[in-house]
Amino acid sequence: MKLAFRIALRFLSSNKGQTFLITLGIAIGISVQIFIGSLIEGLQISLLDTTIGRSSHITIAASEKNEPFNDYEAVLNQLSNQVEKMTPTLTGGAFIKTDDKTNQILLRGFDLASADQIYRFSEAVLEGGRLPAPGTNEVLMGVTLSEDYNIEIGDTLEILSPAGQLTEIKVVGFFDLEVAAINASWVVSGLDLSRTVFDFDENQVTALESQIEEPFDSDLIATQMQTDVNREDLRFDDWKAQNEALLSGLSGQSTSSLMIQVFVVISVVLGIASVLAISVLQKSRQIGILKAMGINDRTSSLVFLFQGFLLGILGGLLGILFGLGLLVVFSKFALNPDGTPVVPIFINYRFMMLSGLIAVVSSTFASIIPALKSRKLSPIEVIKNG
Amino acid sequence: MGNIINLSKVSKIYGTAVKTQVLYDVDLAIKPKSFNGIIGASGSGKSTLLNIVGTLDRPTFGEVEINGIRTDQMKKNDLAKLRNETIGFIFQFHYLLPEFTAFENVLMPHFIKGQKFDKRMNDRAHELMELVGLSKVKNNLAGNMSGGQQQRTAIARALINNPRIILADEPTGNLDSETTEVIYDLLRDINKKLETTFVIITHDRRIAEKTDRIIEIKDGRIYNDFSRI
Ligand SMILES: Nc1ncnc2c1ncn2[C@@H]1O[C@H](COP(=O)(O)OP(=O)(O)OP(=O)(O)O)[C@@H](O)[C@H]1O
Ligand SMILES: [Mg+2]
Repeated sequence: MKLAFRIALRFLSSNKGQTFLITLGIAIGISVQIFIGSLIEGLQISLLDTTIGRSSHITIAASEKNEPFNDYEAVLNQLSNQVEKMTPTLTGGAFIKTDDKTNQILLRGFDLASADQIYRFSEAVLEGGRLPAPGTNEVLMGVTLSEDYNIEIGDTLEILSPAGQLTEIKVVGFFDLEVAAINASWVVSGLDLSRTVFDFDENQVTALESQIEEPFDSDLIATQMQTDVNREDLRFDDWKAQNEALLSGLSGQSTSSLMIQVFVVISVVLGIASVLAISVLQKSRQIGILKAMGINDRTSSLVFLFQGFLLGILGGLLGILFGLGLLVVFSKFALNPDGTPVVPIFINYRFMMLSGLIAVVSSTFASIIPALKSRKLSPIEVIKNG
Repeated sequence: MGNIINLSKVSKIYGTAVKTQVLYDVDLAIKPKSFNGIIGASGSGKSTLLNIVGTLDRPTFGEVEINGIRTDQMKKNDLAKLRNETIGFIFQFHYLLPEFTAFENVLMPHFIKGQKFDKRMNDRAHELMELVGLSKVKNNLAGNMSGGQQQRTAIARALINNPRIILADEPTGNLDSETTEVIYDLLRDINKKLETTFVIITHDRRIAEKTDRIIEIKDGRIYNDFSRI
């Protein structure tokens, strides 16, 4: 074992040029694999984040569309230990009256303290604004909505419910949630104001919205909730059901990314295998001498397995460095007009370790054929033919 | 006294389609501690015979015994162990490992044996290199030495494991006559001091004269066998 390792090390170090070239080959392959994998992962994370980062993963609403349901607090209490972030909302279509016009908006009444955990309104409020105080008639308004109708902070407007009831509201700020449709239609208030506008009872809301730790488990958790709550009048919608196209896009992307990575690794393996196969020919004289002196077949094949293993470690480490370098360069130079990276790079250390491991395993694997060749080599061939 | 090497009815045939018989029913017994020379024309089968004795090659027919153990049927790995422990080789083209220093080359059979490298081994390696006159170039890479130095390194290497047998195939084939003389005196010395059995192929009649026994091979048969002891 030890001897095989020593010989392997010496073979590699006595032929530095060749060792460097193979290491570089492995490193480039692995760095490309890391780069592609990280890029796609970063892309997916940012895409997912824009899709569900500020929205409900599981929404509990009345089975009958656009109707509120009763006793929401019982449900909230029951599920509070299953989901971290859950907020009640009273939402409905309404109209605001500006000067001579009447415009359709979506009035979203929230328990602002808990809703802020999902929507992060406090971060989205633009300069000069603030969150509405609970129990008042204060509202936040989408930034596009305010621009469309020339509304300013401090303005007092009237809101008209579908039932025809008029309520006065006061604008205390604008928000930008980075989604055009929301910015152009949402008016956000406390629960009380919304309850007044739509004339609902104290124990009624239109929905409970929630975010969970593992968004991809939303379907399972939604089913679990449904069983636990066991109320005929409620339905549990998860985001996955509503975003099938996105999900199949993401999974297609993952598959093609994986395919690219697999082919890169295969080409690395083939490269190492062929170089090591040549090196068995180069070293056959030495192997023959060693065998004549009594080295056994196991040791003579270990010499090549260790070479593959060592090259894998070297190439893997260098590949991780190169990969990180590529990612840094990419995030520095591929920028949007506003200076943010085109794809936010996501550095996943476990993925990198895995790539390093792949380098080691695959190059050791690639040295199996050379190792078998070395095992078969008979000393007499070398002694007779020089 | 028993024989340390015993060949009976050894034949060697090369090739499957076109068969070339190189050795014909060779019987050969070598006594322990003896110093034997093998001579014969080029192509007569000397190397083939020596390689069979050294277990590097197998006879097509016949039996080979080393130290009283049948080797012609042994497994590859057992043969490797036997070679490592009981046989030292000196080849015509010295065959060192160019990636290692002279000192490391000398110790290689010991490393292969798998025993620990302690002070005693270190001293022994130094002594052997002294014995063959290589103290100065110990740490040269094997490739960076003269032919004679490489040959002497190979001799020290053949001795490191204290083998009972040393097989040499024209060990001075590419050396000048003065160096040749020095090396033979060295081998003879080792034979006396360490009681190692030697079987040496040589073209050089003058050298052959100095051996205890001269075995002449002709066309794959023992043609002449002259013993002084
Ligand atoms: N693999 C082989 N296939 C066929 N013939 C072979 C093979 N190996 C050796 N020979 C033949 O066997 C014969 C003996 O070869 P060997 O090497 O034993 O001769 P030698 O006595 O050592 O000669 P030299 O003094 O030139 O070294 C030669 O005629 C050679 O051509
Ligand atoms: Mg020969």
